[in-house]
Amino acid sequence: MQALAIPDAENLHARRPRLWGWVLLAPLVAWLVAFVVVPMVILFGYSFCTRDDLGRVVFSFTLENYGRVFDPIYLRILGRSIGFAAVTTVLCVAIGYPVAWYIARQPERIRDKLLLLVMIPFWTSFLIRTYAWIAILKNEGLLNGMLQYVGLISAPLPLLYTPAAVLIGLVYAYLPFMILPIYGSAEKLDNALVEAAHDLGAGPMRAFSEVIIPLTWPGITAGMLLVFVPAIGMFAITDLMGGAQVPMIGNVIQNQFFRARNAPFGAALGVVFTLMFVLAYALVHRRASRTR
Amino acid sequence: MSAMIEVRGVTKRFGDFTAVDRVDLHVAEGEFLTLLGPSGCGKTTLLRMLSGFETPTEGTLVIGGEDVTHLAPYRRNVNQVFQSYALFPHMTVEENIGFGLRMQKVPAEEAARRIAEVIDLVALKGFEQRKPHQLSGGQRQRVALARAIVPRPKVLLLDEPLSALDAKLRQQMQLELKRLQKHLGMTFVFVTHDQEEALTMSDRIAVFNRGRIEQIGSATEIYHKPCTAFVADFIGEANLLDAELVSRNGTTGRIRVEGGLELTLALSQWPQDHSRALVSIRPEKVLVSKSRIEAENVFQATVREELFQGVLDRLHLETGAGTRLTAVVANESAILEAIHAGDQVWCGLHVDDLIVVRPA
Repeated sequence: MQALAIPDAENLHARRPRLWGWVLLAPLVAWLVAFVVVPMVILFGYSFCTRDDLGRVVFSFTLENYGRVFDPIYLRILGRSIGFAAVTTVLCVAIGYPVAWYIARQPERIRDKLLLLVMIPFWTSFLIRTYAWIAILKNEGLLNGMLQYVGLISAPLPLLYTPAAVLIGLVYAYLPFMILPIYGSAEKLDNALVEAAHDLGAGPMRAFSEVIIPLTWPGITAGMLLVFVPAIGMFAITDLMGGAQVPMIGNVIQNQFFRARNAPFGAALGVVFTLMFVLAYALVHRRASRTR
Repeated sequence: MSAMIEVRGVTKRFGDFTAVDRVDLHVAEGEFLTLLGPSGCGKTTLLRMLSGFETPTEGTLVIGGEDVTHLAPYRRNVNQVFQSYALFPHMTVEENIGFGLRMQKVPAEEAARRIAEVIDLVALKGFEQRKPHQLSGGQRQRVALARAIVPRPKVLLLDEPLSALDAKLRQQMQLELKRLQKHLGMTFVFVTHDQEEALTMSDRIAVFNRGRIEQIGSATEIYHKPCTAFVADFIGEANLLDAELVSRNGTTGRIRVEGGLELTLALSQWPQDHSRALVSIRPEKVLVSKSRIEAENVFQATVREELFQGVLDRLHLETGAGTRLTAVVANESAILEAIHAGDQVWCGLHVDDLIVVRPA
């Protein structure tokens, strides 16, 4: 009996993990195929098609859509999107790093509470939070009202529907995505390393640039990717807080699909755009893994 | 010898907890001083105040004639070897060792020469380009040491640097450290809870307990003339017995210890105006034989237990009156005399081996 039982058990051990692995992975794979792979394939197909007068997609093969992508108008909008995303990323690092560092250096009990505070905004719908900002920034809004009440200004400042408003919205929306990964690497950093740097004669600035920054760099790059990439394509904030004043590439794509009813061109913009993300990600990722 | 470190009435409190309590300490230039004590006794806190990571609540710290009580760690001419080594994981061995020189803006050529020298000294040649995670525990330990000595600090502070090594390597490193300290002539302040480490390496040992220095002295002084019950018990082993003075006879006195055994001791150390005191007897000072022994104190006892411990044999003895004593004898003499549990033996104690200690 025993002699039979042993090879059986071995077989089970060899096979089970692989089988179970696939079973457990199945929902994720299905989700990715249905909502990422299939739409991407459709998008890619559309980008070579044309449309009829009613805006319906006509299957054919043309490179005309891709030609239009490189029209200076769109390049300028893309440039602006990248610029806004870059400024957003820099601001998020500048604001998020000290916050993440401060939280990571607190005793564990306080740390958990502070982290909770960072995550609380996620409990409310993103749109509601954006409308809250509109209520703060608009002409009859909270901020202008307060400034007028105190007497600092006599007429409301035009805050909403400006590039500054878009930046505020973007930084606000993406700040937690910068804080959390930086916190992750700051929390792992052994305080003895900072002490060792001081002990060997490094003042606060040197210790920061020579030890703290290099050792939290993985968190910084992760945060930069999490903020920069989605910030380029963001359209809701630019729409709601920028009005029509500062269209971004996300707005252009959205408009091609839903207003101009030119799905093939929207698709081509989307494809070019996605490729750029992949390229940027590959570059940053390679640098990040090399420094490690 | 001039004092390299002067600790004057230093106290450190964390909230209600007093970690270091009114400590005074002088360390001579070129001395190897060990702060020894159980965990939480304040020895590490004192070390961290010397390196500058903690500021004293009260008192003054002077290093090399300069008041450093409120000086930032990076402005002190003092380096530390950390318990976890704290090597920078993103730097090579060479970059780690050169970090202090780079911060001092030592010219590149001189820095390269000094780094090469110290790498030679700690036997790490060929490992210059390795990262810390590619080194063994002992090698990391040596990098940490090299990194701390290469800036030529006035004082090297070592926070249990050997505790992460296995026993064999630890013994070897103890000797290497001691040799290195002699070679450099540098003042070392070494923190440990390991009494053997302290006895092996130190010029002087400061025994810490509950934030205070219980006793400070050379290894032999601390071992042979412990002042307090804590020191007697923490360093080596001790039979601690309550004793009552029965009679005086010139320079010696007759005492009765718990259980009823009467012994003679040197009166000079007996506290004045006290009829009771605590007496410490080292187990290896208790002479044991099957035949009668020549000593000032001779008595008979029964072997309750015999524990074989390799080189040594540990005997738990009980006298006729009921006093219990532990004795440690060389294993071969126990074999020669065939001493076993249940045997009746003669015991001897010399007058000088009865040490009066202050209760803890």
